[in-house]
Amino acid sequence: MLAKRIIPCLDVQNGRVVKNVRFFEDHRDAGDPLVLAQRYEAQQADELVFYDITASHEGRKLMLDVAARVAEQVMMPLTVGGGVSDLADFRALLLAGADKISVNSSAVRTPQLIRAASDHHGSQCVMLSIDAKRRPGGHPSGEGWNVYVGGGRVDTGLDLLRWAEEGQHLGAGEICLNIMDADGTRAGFDLAATRAVAQALDIPVIASGGAGKLEDFAEVLSGSATGGQADAALAASVFHFGDLSVPQVKAYLHAQGVAVRPEWHDNGVLE
Amino acid sequence: MTAEGSKEVLLLDYGAGNLRSAEKALLRAGLSVRVTNQPAELEGAAGIVVPGQGHFRQVMEAFDASGFREPLLRTVRAGTPLLGICVGMQMLFSGSEEAPGVAGLGLIEGTVKRFENQPGLKVPQMGWNTLEAVGDSPLLRGLDNSGYAYFVHSYYVPLSARVTAGAITEYGVPFWSVISQGNIHATQFHPEKSGELGLALLSRFRRNVIETA
Repeated sequence: MLAKRIIPCLDVQNGRVVKNVRFFEDHRDAGDPLVLAQRYEAQQADELVFYDITASHEGRKLMLDVAARVAEQVMMPLTVGGGVSDLADFRALLLAGADKISVNSSAVRTPQLIRAASDHHGSQCVMLSIDAKRRPGGHPSGEGWNVYVGGGRVDTGLDLLRWAEEGQHLGAGEICLNIMDADGTRAGFDLAATRAVAQALDIPVIASGGAGKLEDFAEVLSGSATGGQADAALAASVFHFGDLSVPQVKAYLHAQGVAVRPEWHDNGVLE
Repeated sequence: MTAEGSKEVLLLDYGAGNLRSAEKALLRAGLSVRVTNQPAELEGAAGIVVPGQGHFRQVMEAFDASGFREPLLRTVRAGTPLLGICVGMQMLFSGSEEAPGVAGLGLIEGTVKRFENQPGLKVPQMGWNTLEAVGDSPLLRGLDNSGYAYFVHSYYVPLSARVTAGAITEYGVPFWSVISQGNIHATQFHPEKSGELGLALLSRFRRNVIETA
């Protein structure tokens, strides 16, 4: 049975992981993307996402180096995003060793980027990331969520469900949905928004934003009518600050009847 | 050319994307690996690894354009061990529904099929799924059956294919996720992305296939 995925996300600035990370006890290499990737691999996280928050061109080049170094050393799927704006960026990151590329603002600006990337490299490596926020009450468009770009600063006026459906139609292989109302609150994922997108699409949906406690993961991955119905859950701070570990989340989910990939080790029959 | 001594495995580069992850994983499994785009080098290789990614037609066209088809068929039929990965597994069959009329390598009889749309089943299958061992595949010998492997694919090898050993995975339908047929081995998933399980499988390819060949 296909397992629900647990995905730590790391923010990278100028080639180093940032966000006041306090990974485990060892502070010395807390910002080294490779060290952190290896730790999450040891925890048997299902995938890793590196998100480049660098503003400068020089910093972006460092991201290629990060992707290459990490891809060389870990045996797990790797997604890279942040500032990917054209096919050349796409190709460069894939050649560096990323398995999937996440696009966000640039795809809103140029939706055909999704189509072109999917045609050239296959839909499986095109992850459409969407930042969205609930529309205020009394909004002319009625209930729902609007898509934001520019790191969540600009309201595009686009409806979340319409944009997600268009993204799928254009060839995105996966949607990563970040509901900004919940992001960073640790008050739980936005179940209604996640469920609405998951039900509207035929491609996998990764829920992002709001993870705080074990129950949050179970709720957003639950296929029930009140659950989030997501295929994967992405989180940053709860993992980075050591509040929760990937094995702990998976053990809890397993006990709740959610299919996850349990920790596995070769039993040493070889030699 | 390296013969018996170093047991060098060739990872075929026919222009189908980044091979570094696969190369690194094979090295980690203790194999001696060389990436090559030279069909003439297949003769005498201790083993051949065929990666594959993308559309079946494009992959086969690139493979043929690189001149690998005939040398590969010759050496594999002469007994050289082969490991196919992902589309590199699908290529071993007669053809694929993804590209009707395009000839696969035909080393094993059967046609690769597409996952049919059904409610709740997302295509491509993307993520970690289980393996149920069937028969005695050297890749899975002694392996704890509870492991998960990382899949990304829309097409699969149906159980009707002429295969007797390997592993079966279920995604809407049961399909072959690992095959071992004589000196021919393959995985539908990506061992190079499957963490400890992937490493365990590649280590068995080295130990039970390459080193005993």
